[in-house]
Amino acid sequence: MLRVEHLSKAFGGLLAVDDVSLQVPKGGITALIGPNGAGKTTCFALISGFTPVDSGRVKFDGRDVTGTPPHRLCRLGMVRTFQVVQPFAGQTVLENVAVGSHLHRARRADALAHAREVAIRVGLGADLEKRAASLPIARRKRLELARALAVEPKLLLLDEVLAGLNPTEIDEMIPVIQSIRESGVTILMIEHVMQAVVRLAEYVWVLNHGALIARGRPSEVVVDPAVIEAYLGKRAASTYRAQVAGGEI
Amino acid sequence: MKRELLMLLAFGVAIAAIPLVVRSDFLITLTTMALYSALLGISWNILGGFGGQYSFGHAVFFGMGAYVDAVAQVRFGLNAWTVLPLAVCGGALVGLLIGALVFRYGLKGSYFALVTLAFAEVFRVLANTFDFTGAGVGMMIPLKPGTDQFQFTGQSGYLWAVLAMVMVGLLASLWLKHSRFGAQLVAVRENEDAARALGVDVFRVKLGAIALSGALMAAGGFFYMQKFNYIDPPLGFGATVSVEALLVAIVGGIGSVFGPVVGAFVLAALSQITTLLIGKDPALSVALYGVILVLMVAFLPSGLTGLGEKLFRRGAGER
Repeated sequence: MLRVEHLSKAFGGLLAVDDVSLQVPKGGITALIGPNGAGKTTCFALISGFTPVDSGRVKFDGRDVTGTPPHRLCRLGMVRTFQVVQPFAGQTVLENVAVGSHLHRARRADALAHAREVAIRVGLGADLEKRAASLPIARRKRLELARALAVEPKLLLLDEVLAGLNPTEIDEMIPVIQSIRESGVTILMIEHVMQAVVRLAEYVWVLNHGALIARGRPSEVVVDPAVIEAYLGKRAASTYRAQVAGGEI
Repeated sequence: MKRELLMLLAFGVAIAAIPLVVRSDFLITLTTMALYSALLGISWNILGGFGGQYSFGHAVFFGMGAYVDAVAQVRFGLNAWTVLPLAVCGGALVGLLIGALVFRYGLKGSYFALVTLAFAEVFRVLANTFDFTGAGVGMMIPLKPGTDQFQFTGQSGYLWAVLAMVMVGLLASLWLKHSRFGAQLVAVRENEDAARALGVDVFRVKLGAIALSGALMAAGGFFYMQKFNYIDPPLGFGATVSVEALLVAIVGGIGSVFGPVVGAFVLAALSQITTLLIGKDPALSVALYGVILVLMVAFLPSGLTGLGEKLFRRGAGER
């Protein structure tokens, strides 16, 4: 579905994304994880056409889409959400979602009807007429998701939809994401919440300092020494390994 | 939508009936001029209100409409009715030209405001320079009274003419409120990145808005030319018209369909009152406009229609 080849991007002297190659197979959920500042969001911005790439190629659905602007990628079936939610603040939830629905629907009434359906699907049925600005963060994350779903994507790029939510809210959100997968949408998610990655993703790519350091099934990746080191730092990681070896954990 | 169309129709009929009921030329002219400033406000509101692109140089479209009218009649001997669509297209074209340059490079907010202001100035200087446009002297169209010349013998003709233009502008605004293009335009206003991520071609949407806005503003310029028969560079491309357009929209309520009409009539009434109280002094009205603008932006950013809505909601027991 998505194939990224040797993607690189530098901001001044900082190599934010360094020769990253990854694949996202059709159907299912793939996760891109890594500590803060690893280059995950930059990676998304490159894939989704928001930031021009320095080198490398992005192939989506068999065609080269490197440098294609976001609104055209959206027509091809790739849509992203934002880590920092970007609602149309003064608009109602329904109007927000309808912007997405309009991509494939010219008539206002059709778009509104479809938007209503999508909003209800992600659990925003009670908030349709509320202004986006008045929603609490958990609902705004859902709104972000609903809007992206409304364009009826083949590939959904989720940038930390669970960040900022409390454990209860995370538990409520996970089934929503699962139901999106079951409806046939392929998902690539950036995620910090490891518990969610383990429960949701079939395959994980790990990024650190802009480069891939590990890949595999979630259960393999979380015990990978390089990954533990990236998250915990060298000393904490060796202490942790010693504790595991000593049978303390 | 249906309710709004009915409201629009009722408004049109009520205003159109004024000359049939009222014999006072003063009142008819007052209404005409209020409608004319409503037209400018409606035009500004399409780009500034719905699209969030605050132009400080809307006179560029106004002057274009007026000058196309004058040049076509004086230099080419065309009939005013033939010129009307040309003037409107002229406004739209200038809109496309400015939009293509400005939006291509993503100028927003105060940068957009400044660049539009600069464009108006450039056009003013150009009109001031070439003999073709009458240079500093300006241009006068020959006085040929007659409906076939778009020069009406009574005041009511002008009222109906500008009312028709206002109705077109209001219909366009209503269409924006209930169409895909309008929804995308508002999305661009609210959050450009989010709109882009959802498949909105931001550049194209902004271009459409500035062309539509420019076309309506040029119609205003055409009307001005027909009503007063004279234009010169400061009248056509000066800041006064730009300020009038944005003031009417801001006072009435940015982004609301009927806001500019409300704003125009309130401001017209207000300027009559001050004229009665203090006497006619052009400098005074400009100072008054300034004060009103500051007060509105500080205390009523959603304008009079926004205030009305708030009061209505409170009355209905909501918060």
